[in-house]
Amino acid sequence: MFNIKNKFIRQLFGSIYDLLPIFVVIFIFQVFILKQPIPNLNDLIIGTLFIILGLTFFIQGLEKSLFPVGETLAYSFAKKGSLFWLLVFAFALGFGTTIAEPALIAVASEAAKIAAEGGVIDQTDQAIENYTFGLRYTVATSVGVAIFIGVLRIIRGWPLPYLIIPGYLGVVVMTMFAPDSIIGIAYDSGGVTTSTITVPLVTALGVGLSSAIAGRNPMTDGFGLIAIASLTPIIFVMAFGMLL
Amino acid sequence: MIALITEFLSVLLSTMLDVVPILGIIIFFQLAIIRRPFSQTRNLIIGMFYVILGMTLFLVGLDKALFPLGTAMAEQLTHPSFIQPTDSGTNTVNWKDYYWVYIFGACLGFATTLAEPSLLAVAIKAEQISGGSIKAWYLRLAVSIGVSFGIALGTFRIVSGAELYLFIIVGYVIVMVQTMFAPKLIIGLAYDSGGVTSSTVTVPLVTALGLGLSSTIPGRDPLLDGFGLIAFACLFPIISVLAYSQISNFISNRAQSNNSSEGE
Repeated sequence: MFNIKNKFIRQLFGSIYDLLPIFVVIFIFQVFILKQPIPNLNDLIIGTLFIILGLTFFIQGLEKSLFPVGETLAYSFAKKGSLFWLLVFAFALGFGTTIAEPALIAVASEAAKIAAEGGVIDQTDQAIENYTFGLRYTVATSVGVAIFIGVLRIIRGWPLPYLIIPGYLGVVVMTMFAPDSIIGIAYDSGGVTTSTITVPLVTALGVGLSSAIAGRNPMTDGFGLIAIASLTPIIFVMAFGMLL
Repeated sequence: MIALITEFLSVLLSTMLDVVPILGIIIFFQLAIIRRPFSQTRNLIIGMFYVILGMTLFLVGLDKALFPLGTAMAEQLTHPSFIQPTDSGTNTVNWKDYYWVYIFGACLGFATTLAEPSLLAVAIKAEQISGGSIKAWYLRLAVSIGVSFGIALGTFRIVSGAELYLFIIVGYVIVMVQTMFAPKLIIGLAYDSGGVTSSTVTVPLVTALGLGLSSTIPGRDPLLDGFGLIAFACLFPIISVLAYSQISNFISNRAQSNNSSEGE
C-alpha cells in the first residue's frame, strides 16, 4: 500500500513538472507582455488541480491497462498465427476507435455546414446529414485501412519510409487538385484521429507485435502505426472532396 | 459548483463514449477469437477506471483553466490594438510588426507539447523498449522544439501570406533527406511523433491562434489560412526528432573514436 501511494505521489510531482512550462508561458505573457490581470483566479486554481490530477491518473491507468492490453493482444495473435484475424482486428480497432471519436463528430458536422454554405452540397438537413455521415465513415475507414497496412508492414518487415514518403508525395499532389474548401478539413482530420486513448493502445500493439515476431525489432518495426494513421485520413478526405 | 459537476459529468460521458467501442472490440476479440480470459482482470479494470477518470479531470481542467485564458490571449496578441501595425498607406502588412505573435506561438507550441499526454505515452514506451538509450525526457524535448519552431513558422506564413504547400513540400524534402542518413532505429518513432503532437492540449490553443491571426489580418481567410498551423505542428517534430538522433549518434561516435584513439 505504501509503495502504491509513493508511486502515485512521485507521478503527481512528475505531472506538475510536465505542466509547469505551460503555466509559466501563459503567466508571463498575460502579466508582462499583455499587462493584464489574471481573470477568474478561482476557476484557474480548480482547473489546474484537475489537470494535474487528471494527468497523474491517466499515466497510472496507462501502465495498468492500455499498455498491457495492447501488448497481450499482440502476443496472443502472434501465437495464434492467424494473419486473417489479426488484420480483421487491426481494421476493426482503427475503424471502431475513430467512428465514435467526439472530435471527429464535431469536425464533420462543422465541415458539412461550411460545405452547405459554400454551395458544395444542397442546403437541406438531409444533404448536411449525409455529408457528415459520409465524412465520418470516410475518416474511420481510412484509419482502419491505416492500422491494417501498418500491421501488415510489421509482419512483412517493410521499411516504413517506403510507405510514408510516397504517402506524403500523394498528399502534396492531391492538395494541388483538391477543392480549396476540403483541404483544411482534410489536414485537420489527420490530427483528430489520433486521440489520447488510441495512441497508447496502438503503440503497445505495434511494439508487442514486433517483439513477438521473430526477426522484427520493436524499435525499428514497432513504431509507425500512428504515422500511417495520421496520413491516410488526409488522402481519403481529399478524395472524398474531389469525388463529391 | 453545480455547473462544475454537470460539466464533469458531461465530459465523463463523452470520454466513456470514446472508450466503449475500443473496449467492445478488445473484449470481443479476446473472448471470441483468442478465446482466453483476460489475465489480471482486476488491474485492467482499475487501470481503465484511472484512464477514464484521468482523461475527464484533464479535459475539464483544460476547459476551466487553460483554454479560456489561452484563447483570449491569442485573440489579444493578434488584435490590431496590440500589434499597432505600421501604416504604410497600402493594404500590405509588415511581417515584422507581429514578432510577439511568433514568440508567443513558439512558447505556446513548446509548452503545450510537453504537457501532451499521448506524447508522454509514446515517450515512456520508447524509453522502455530502447533499454533507456532513448530518454523519454529528451524525446519530448526534441518534439517540443519541433512544434515550437513549426508554430512560429506557421504564424509567420499566415502573416506573410506565403503558400502553405511550398513550406510543406520543402519540409518533406528535408524529412526525406534526413531519413536517408538518420539511424534506422529512430525513423518509426520520429514519424510517429508528428502524429501524436496534434492532440488534446495543443490543437485547441493553436487553432485559436491561427483563427485569431487570420481573421485580423486583411486579406486572410480563416477557413483557408487558419488550419495550416496543425500541418506545421505535425511536420517539424519529425525533423527535430530525426535531428536529435543524428546529433546524439554523432556525439557518441566521436566519443567512441576519441576513446579508441586514446587507447592506442
